[in-house]
Amino acid sequence: MGYLSAIVFLPVIGAILIALIPGLGERIIKRLAAVFTFIPLALTVYLFVIFQRGQGFNGALQFEVNLSWIPQINAFYHLGVDGISLPLVLLMAILGFLVVLISWKVHLRVREYFAWLLLLETSILGVFASLDLLLFFLFWEIEVIPMYFLISIWGTGRREYSAIKYVIYTLFGSAFMLAGILALYFTTGSLDMIEIARTIGSISTAIPLTAIFFLLIIGFAIKLPVFPLHTWLPDAHTDAPTAVSVILAGALLKMGGYGIIRICVSIFPQVAKTFAPLFIILAVIGILYGAALTLRQTDLKRLIAYSSVSHMGYVLLGIFALSQVSLVGASLQMFSHGLVTGLLFAMAGLVMHNAEERNLLYLGGLAKQTPLIALVFSIAGLASLGLPLTSGFIAEFLVFVGSFSSTTVAGIKIYTLLAAFGVVLAAGYILWMIQRVFFGPVQEKFNGVKDADNLEKVYMFIFVGLILLVGIYPAVLTDVFNSGILPVAQIFLH
Amino acid sequence: MNLALFAPEIILAVLAVLVIILDLFIQRKGWLAALSIVGLLISAGFAVGLWNETPRTIFNSMLAVDNYAVFFKILFSGIAILVILASKDYVSRFPRFQGEYYALILLSALGMMLMASTTELISLFVSLELVNLSLYSLVGFLKDAKSTEASLKYLLLSAVASAVLLFGMALVYGFTGYTQLGDIAVAIQSTLPASDPNVLTNPALFLGLILMIAGFGFKIAMVPFHMWVPDVYEGAPTPITAYLSVGSKAAGFAIILRVFYSAFILPGSLSLDWGMVLAVLAAVTMTAGNIIAIQQNNIKRMLGYSSIAQAGYVMVGLATVGLAPAAATAGQSGLLFFLLSYSFTNLGAFFAIIAISNKVSSDQINDFAGMGKRSPLMALALTLCLISLIGLPPASGFVAKFYIFSSAVQNNLLWLVIIAVINSVISAYYYLRVVKVMWMNEPAAADSVEASGALKIALLLSCLGVLLFGIAPGIAMHFTSLAKMLGL
Repeated sequence: MGYLSAIVFLPVIGAILIALIPGLGERIIKRLAAVFTFIPLALTVYLFVIFQRGQGFNGALQFEVNLSWIPQINAFYHLGVDGISLPLVLLMAILGFLVVLISWKVHLRVREYFAWLLLLETSILGVFASLDLLLFFLFWEIEVIPMYFLISIWGTGRREYSAIKYVIYTLFGSAFMLAGILALYFTTGSLDMIEIARTIGSISTAIPLTAIFFLLIIGFAIKLPVFPLHTWLPDAHTDAPTAVSVILAGALLKMGGYGIIRICVSIFPQVAKTFAPLFIILAVIGILYGAALTLRQTDLKRLIAYSSVSHMGYVLLGIFALSQVSLVGASLQMFSHGLVTGLLFAMAGLVMHNAEERNLLYLGGLAKQTPLIALVFSIAGLASLGLPLTSGFIAEFLVFVGSFSSTTVAGIKIYTLLAAFGVVLAAGYILWMIQRVFFGPVQEKFNGVKDADNLEKVYMFIFVGLILLVGIYPAVLTDVFNSGILPVAQIFLH
Repeated sequence: MNLALFAPEIILAVLAVLVIILDLFIQRKGWLAALSIVGLLISAGFAVGLWNETPRTIFNSMLAVDNYAVFFKILFSGIAILVILASKDYVSRFPRFQGEYYALILLSALGMMLMASTTELISLFVSLELVNLSLYSLVGFLKDAKSTEASLKYLLLSAVASAVLLFGMALVYGFTGYTQLGDIAVAIQSTLPASDPNVLTNPALFLGLILMIAGFGFKIAMVPFHMWVPDVYEGAPTPITAYLSVGSKAAGFAIILRVFYSAFILPGSLSLDWGMVLAVLAAVTMTAGNIIAIQQNNIKRMLGYSSIAQAGYVMVGLATVGLAPAAATAGQSGLLFFLLSYSFTNLGAFFAIIAISNKVSSDQINDFAGMGKRSPLMALALTLCLISLIGLPPASGFVAKFYIFSSAVQNNLLWLVIIAVINSVISAYYYLRVVKVMWMNEPAAADSVEASGALKIALLLSCLGVLLFGIAPGIAMHFTSLAKMLGL
């Protein structure tokens, strides 16, 4: 069945084992979860290494599996990766393993927790690896169930409200997406994304393509999220347990960006081009409005959550600038944001766990008591505001350069300049946050607060290492992204 | 006439009588249940033997033996078997008449089988009444105030619906002069003006059609003929509620599809008319069902309204059949697959509820608190079924909705599909409420839920069905796409 099937389904096999084998102890469950996320990670790294790059392989699908699944509706079990999806599979595999480590201190209903976590990983990996629309949608929908449980049982604050809000928003978006997929299936008679993208230009359609495009993009826009559909995000992020916030910010949001590139832009290039100004304006609003909201947050996790709204605006900007550089930038921004914000949430979780305080008004001076956390938090923060040598810099740089020089959309220069102002705001909220948490007068009440232990050091340094690696040598990813983006970008060149 | 063609029905009739007689001599009533199950299996076995035989009619064109009828016969035997298995934990509540309980289930299953195969208005009415009469008594079997009230309500409203149906059938007969569905179709076509053979403007026939839709609409709990559902579902013994929500509903759809497809499919304008009427009613039905279900606190009432909403989704398939070109069968196949998936899902949900309600002695949703801790597997099974009712993967409800909606989109019903998918979102709210109560609230007691082996097997089979049709639906779809009706 191939490597991809193993990568996608190993976590859920782990989940089933954890859920059904009676009498497993907490330690064994955690180790099982680690094993069943580490093997997919190792396999993904292996695929990433042997992935064929270079001229002849632009847009080529690799490691494909294509089996008949439901012949009556022409649905296939079709997995495969190209340059766009492979890095995202890698991102999810990395995060999938790291969140198990991050969850090591969970003691509440451990069995269920890890079962849901692993099921979640399978569903996200499946979204990135599927090439059949029904399969894609199946994985897209499965994700809702574990998220609902993870937020509402292991979350904090108004967790049940946030969980159901998340579910309703997601299902609302995917309801329209389902209608869009059905309309697309009716129009083309196929559920294969690649084949549809190839043939749709030559088909006269009964349902206007614009209508299908908008049905589909509602689902993606909610997930990314695009202003004004972002209001579920702060609640879900804030109330989710740490590890789930990491996955949510790190990989789940990218399902939206990936869907827009893979389906909306690749299948409907003309519609995307026509409506690009609309989405660019929404992106700019998202960037600036998100940043402005971030500035006035006093809850550590909520602050990071709002910063995601702003950062995902860059992704949307890069995508709808529709140039090769900007699309690569947008993809890289997805990967980078996954690592950077993942690390930020992990560190915020550590601060909350160790200091038992998440309100910025009461935090302060922790750099003295927890120097290592302060250091890593600062690195993540600097990467988030786009400091050179970190992955955040190169990603945002590519987005801005690509958008500014794009010739596809009129007036893009002004929008890009406006969006670049978001970086200034980011510097403001990130530095202010770090200052309010770690600097200022040392507080007595935090004297006993522990610094990171060994396990935490392991995942911190993996995160930091990856962020610096991508920042210093971005070609490790951009080569791959480029090979997938090139065929998409070429549509817009003439 | 070849008796083998009628064997499934004969076996059931003999079996029902046998059960009543043996009831006099056998003290351990469990044997009667076992006998009923074996009989149903044999009956289903004969039905399987009829699969893919040359379609034909028997008894002077009163009954059809085609794949469509055989499909439903097997489905109804399966449903009856599961219901009898699940009744094991419930029959002890009946003061007397346990043997009759099984016999009545068999008789109603017989009626449903006849409904699926009838091709003539009078036998249609007789089989419908056979189902109804058995169900009236089954609903009232508990003999407490609620159960009796439910039974009486069901009897009165159902009788009115039957009258309406009869009036509709009388009008159709008056217009065409035939009771046989194929003859009706021919008679309608022969009266069409030669100048424009696609237009039909006969108010009496339209009135007959509308009245028949209303009469059948009662059976499938279509809005606005759904008022009986919550009270009857709440008052009836829970296995019978499951049976009503699945068997009687599937039989209703079987007969509607047969009648409208055989008698009123041509001329095109006629089927477009009832297709559109059903499309609008589908939208109303699912929306009303879902919105009212949100406020329910009793799980049986909630599932009652949910089953109204589910009927709305199936009606999308009916409307598709009306609006599709006569040769297209995707809509029908989608409808049958949805019914199959829905049957397993809803039976599973009710079986889990039987076990849990028995333990906590309550049907209130709030009393299900903490079931995730007390009986994780039971709670997991109920969760799976609820997820399937929402239409989320990997459960069968997901594929079923995809399948039925995809043929609707192909027949210009995109607007209806959008309403339907938004309805699925609304439904997530109340289904997940039960899930939330089970997994997140604190349990009132610590002891787990016990259930008999029979109930567990029934629950397991239902859940396996839900998963199988969700992950590998191809095989079942292969059969539903072959379950064509005999052209009359």
